[in-house]
Amino acid sequence: MKAISQKRRHPLAAIALLLMGLLVTGGLYAVATTVNQAKADTTYSASDVAEGGKLFAANCATCHGVGASGSQSGPSLVGVGAAAVDFQVGTGRMPMQMNGPQAEKKPAQFNEAQTKQLAAYVASLAPGPAIPEASVIDGKGDAAKGGELFRTNCAMCHNAAAAGGALTRGKFAPALAGVSGQHIYEAMVTGPQNMPVFNDANISPEGKRDIITYLKQIESNGSPGGADLGALGPVSEGLFVWIAGLGVIIAFTIWLTSRTS
Amino acid sequence: MGNHSDGSPNHSGTVATAGQNEVEKFQDPGIPPHRLRLADTDPRAAKKAERQVALLFGISVVGTLIFLVSYFAIDLGNDSSIATIRLQNALLGIGTAFAMLGIGTGIVHWAKALMPDHEVSEERHAIRTEEDRQAAVRIVDDIVEETGIKRRPLIRNTLLGAVALAPLPALAIFGDLGPRPDFALAHTMWAPGPDGKLKRLARDPDGTPIKAADVTIGSAFHVIPEGLNELSEGKLNEKAKSVVLLMRLDPAELHPSPERIDWAYNGIVAYSKICTHVGCPVALYEQQTHHLLCPCHQSTFDLTQQCKVIFGPASRPLPQLPIAVDSEGYLVATSDFHEPVGPSYWEREQHVLIPNS
Repeated sequence: MKAISQKRRHPLAAIALLLMGLLVTGGLYAVATTVNQAKADTTYSASDVAEGGKLFAANCATCHGVGASGSQSGPSLVGVGAAAVDFQVGTGRMPMQMNGPQAEKKPAQFNEAQTKQLAAYVASLAPGPAIPEASVIDGKGDAAKGGELFRTNCAMCHNAAAAGGALTRGKFAPALAGVSGQHIYEAMVTGPQNMPVFNDANISPEGKRDIITYLKQIESNGSPGGADLGALGPVSEGLFVWIAGLGVIIAFTIWLTSRTS
Repeated sequence: MGNHSDGSPNHSGTVATAGQNEVEKFQDPGIPPHRLRLADTDPRAAKKAERQVALLFGISVVGTLIFLVSYFAIDLGNDSSIATIRLQNALLGIGTAFAMLGIGTGIVHWAKALMPDHEVSEERHAIRTEEDRQAAVRIVDDIVEETGIKRRPLIRNTLLGAVALAPLPALAIFGDLGPRPDFALAHTMWAPGPDGKLKRLARDPDGTPIKAADVTIGSAFHVIPEGLNELSEGKLNEKAKSVVLLMRLDPAELHPSPERIDWAYNGIVAYSKICTHVGCPVALYEQQTHHLLCPCHQSTFDLTQQCKVIFGPASRPLPQLPIAVDSEGYLVATSDFHEPVGPSYWEREQHVLIPNS
């Protein structure tokens, strides 16, 4: 340190400092951008892509077109990324069983290896959101912050207790209990069907991790007030009170007016 | 014959009455014979009923004890788990239910099984006589006569006027009950600052500004005005008026009217989140149909038609916030909303006429 401080008045010191500053800034910027792009970085092998291409041609191309360029019956998948494939195929929403208001969750049609190959193929067509890293879906974020983000961005459709809710014309936002952190993350970054996209500029990966933490926490905690009747609010609670509560009142009035033997 | 309105069953003009002229007089059946209960005749049954009543009261005592024990023995601190809270809630509820039900059912069972149950008939009171009625009418007539109100219309009319006017001061005083909102409902925080600085659109809840490039197609951002989080007072009131939903569509799908051509930026549009029906947050966005849905009464707004109401009870489109991009790439509001946000109120029509940008 002493050697540096002695040389700080050297005529070239200012230039050296400037160079150092530029290097640090540039380096940090490069790191930051690679962090953003790291997810687009695929670990898929060429054979994954080739196998995925075959699976795609056999199972998806009817609607999504040859080369995933889309047709009248299905949208183009160029640029949707591996995350969209992993979500849609991994939750069984695709291949679609039938036309309806929205594709519904069902047992997955492809195993994990096949899902990965399909994702590899679609990701190879154009860059898009990748499957999230394990560090952002581990459920170890800040649940309180996640709850705040959830109530601002998600609760209006998915219900404050994440029990799901109705949309227009038969569409609905599904309940989130039992959905894996990976699928929740992928749904946020890709915006499947009528769900809006929540990209990393809207909710940071850290914020998404907090949301997943919150959802896992309310799921494992259960309802603090006992039976939540589906957490659907006045509909299920009202039904219960009108039937069970009135039933008890009627039973009591019958007992009150009956004669004792 | 022919008179249908006298209501007498013996003189109905339309119903054949042969052989029915002798109407049987309805006999008062009186009180049915008293039937004794088991407990009245059998001392053992009475003893059993007594024990049942005591048992019910005992259940009430146990319920109260459950309540007290669970209230004091289960200590809730800041680090209590949800399971502990749930256990205490359940025990408090069960305890209270047994405490109340035990007393109630015990008393009813006591009354039904053991207390005397002989029937009593209460005779009707005599109906008031015609003389009493006449006397009451006379009293009223006397009062009217002695006041002379019929003979002195001057007094009558001035009294009516005085009584009608007397409540008016109360109306004036009630007007002072609270602060008048004046133009508070017509303006939001989106208006540019006094120095002409345009307000940036910021994320709800953390308040960081949003770049146009951040909003990709299909995105929905929940937006608050820049500086809202820094307000020291009235933050919730300001937030309630100024929350905005920011969405990006394919610009070809937007069909702006000529005067709103420059209110959007590359397909990014901002609309008030406050429903024009009763003010719920319209935040359910379907990104494929471009419909905005209000969760309270299912009012549906079509984003591609400037948030026109296409279903439900809302009567006006959602107000649009004109936006642009500043020199640093952040989204800014170029003016306040051009009409008051949210549901109707009395002065709304006048406030629409006030240029509030």
